[in-house]
Amino acid sequence: MANKLEVANLNAWFGSHQALHDVSLSIPDSAVTAVIGPSGCGKSTFIRCLNRMHEVVPGARVTGSVRLDAEDIYASGVDPVQVRAKIGMVFQRPNPFPTMSIFDNVTAGLRLNGGRRSRRELAAIVEHSLRQAALWDEVKDSLDASGISISGGQQQRLCIARALAVEPEVILMDEPCSALDPIATTKIETLIHELRERYTIVIVTHSMQQAARVSNFTAFLYLGSLIEFGPTEKLFTTP
Amino acid sequence: MRYRRRRLINLAAQALAVVCTVAVLIPLLLIFGYLLTKGVTSLNLDFFTQLPKPVGETGGGMANAIVGTMVLIGLASALGIPVGVLTGVYLAEFGYGRFGWAVRFCADVLNGVPSIVIGIFAYTLIVLPTKTFSAYAGGFALAVIMLPIIARTTEEMLRLVPTSLREASLALGIPSWRTTVSVVLRTARGGIVTGIMLAVARVAGETAPLLFTAFGNQFWHQGLSGPISSLPVQIFTYAISPFDDWHRQAWAGALVLLSLILLTSLSVRFFTRGRFGAVR
Repeated sequence: MANKLEVANLNAWFGSHQALHDVSLSIPDSAVTAVIGPSGCGKSTFIRCLNRMHEVVPGARVTGSVRLDAEDIYASGVDPVQVRAKIGMVFQRPNPFPTMSIFDNVTAGLRLNGGRRSRRELAAIVEHSLRQAALWDEVKDSLDASGISISGGQQQRLCIARALAVEPEVILMDEPCSALDPIATTKIETLIHELRERYTIVIVTHSMQQAARVSNFTAFLYLGSLIEFGPTEKLFTTP
Repeated sequence: MRYRRRRLINLAAQALAVVCTVAVLIPLLLIFGYLLTKGVTSLNLDFFTQLPKPVGETGGGMANAIVGTMVLIGLASALGIPVGVLTGVYLAEFGYGRFGWAVRFCADVLNGVPSIVIGIFAYTLIVLPTKTFSAYAGGFALAVIMLPIIARTTEEMLRLVPTSLREASLALGIPSWRTTVSVVLRTARGGIVTGIMLAVARVAGETAPLLFTAFGNQFWHQGLSGPISSLPVQIFTYAISPFDDWHRQAWAGALVLLSLILLTSLSVRFFTRGRFGAVR
């Protein structure tokens, strides 16, 4: 199977504190890779390095390389804005834009990137993205309602739809279910199952069970170092 | 037993909060009520349409001062709002280092500078070189007073916008300037508008900095580079005059000024309210 992301010798710092030590791993295409490990082991830092979101924090620094289809996203001259359009991200807490409607939330990435599209094109993209995120049937009659007027689980799926609308190649999910109840969690997990045919997904989770349920491959991080990486069944049965 | 005590304390605290709220509202109501009783009798159509009459003649109005105040506030806003908001954006988004600290400190000091000193500043900077009192000088002085208020409230409001929204936007591949404009500023809009209205209300009533910048006159103003009358200054001149008629007009002027501020405040709130509300 081809590898979508190739991480080599990745180190990351917050000021003088080193959060990641020399992480190298290959993330396969069109599969779900889970990143597990105890709290504070660098899971989130790792995933944020994959679309250059780590450097957004003041004082943060990264060395090493991350190749997306053989192209290093940390090479000089690469615009992080372009990288983030190709590698989308879903965060721990649902964070729809509170001042925008559901419709505007989904199209935010497209509209604010400067691309001009007609209302009809946008409407088609909204429907497509919301269907992919399994949210369309629940909100199709209230697209003009505020992005935060829906439940937490729906908000998280709205955030996934918002990420999908930009048509990324990779989707990073940073503990997408940790702020959700079990039913909403099940919905998101089912969704991940459906999405993995079309997208490469990297998901951070603190729940081993979740990793076992949704992923094809699992990486185990401990104290900022990669301890183990392999197909999920193997890692959980013969560690 | 313990539970009863807790409830009593809770009740007492609530009562105290209510009493304090009422205590805050009373002065406002008293001022407005007093102005109404004193001023409303001198209000008539003439007051809004006529120029001041010479001493001894009854009647006349403050039309020129009402227009003048609006012109001055407009000038001050045109300069103060964009510069103030952008300064606030700078402080909130990039002002981490020493320079940001210095700007913040200067803004706070500027906020504390007595307005008459700002008037002198505008006088030296604009009135002296141009050799004439002018609306520009008055507007400039007022803008300087607005600046720190707007900059600091904008900064505070932008800081209230959760980091997660910024990150959500950046992670969609939206450039950071666009994130600031379309996501962060938009979310904080309500609070920023409140800050701007506070600043406008504050300068609308300023008298001291206008005394030797806009100066005031008894006629319609002749262009922005000449002296211009304003309600506060007109009220001031009328109030310290020895004529009963002028005193009555001063009360009416004060009432009009207060209503003007109230009205702008309300209408701005109405027109800028978001579809879904935001950080207030």
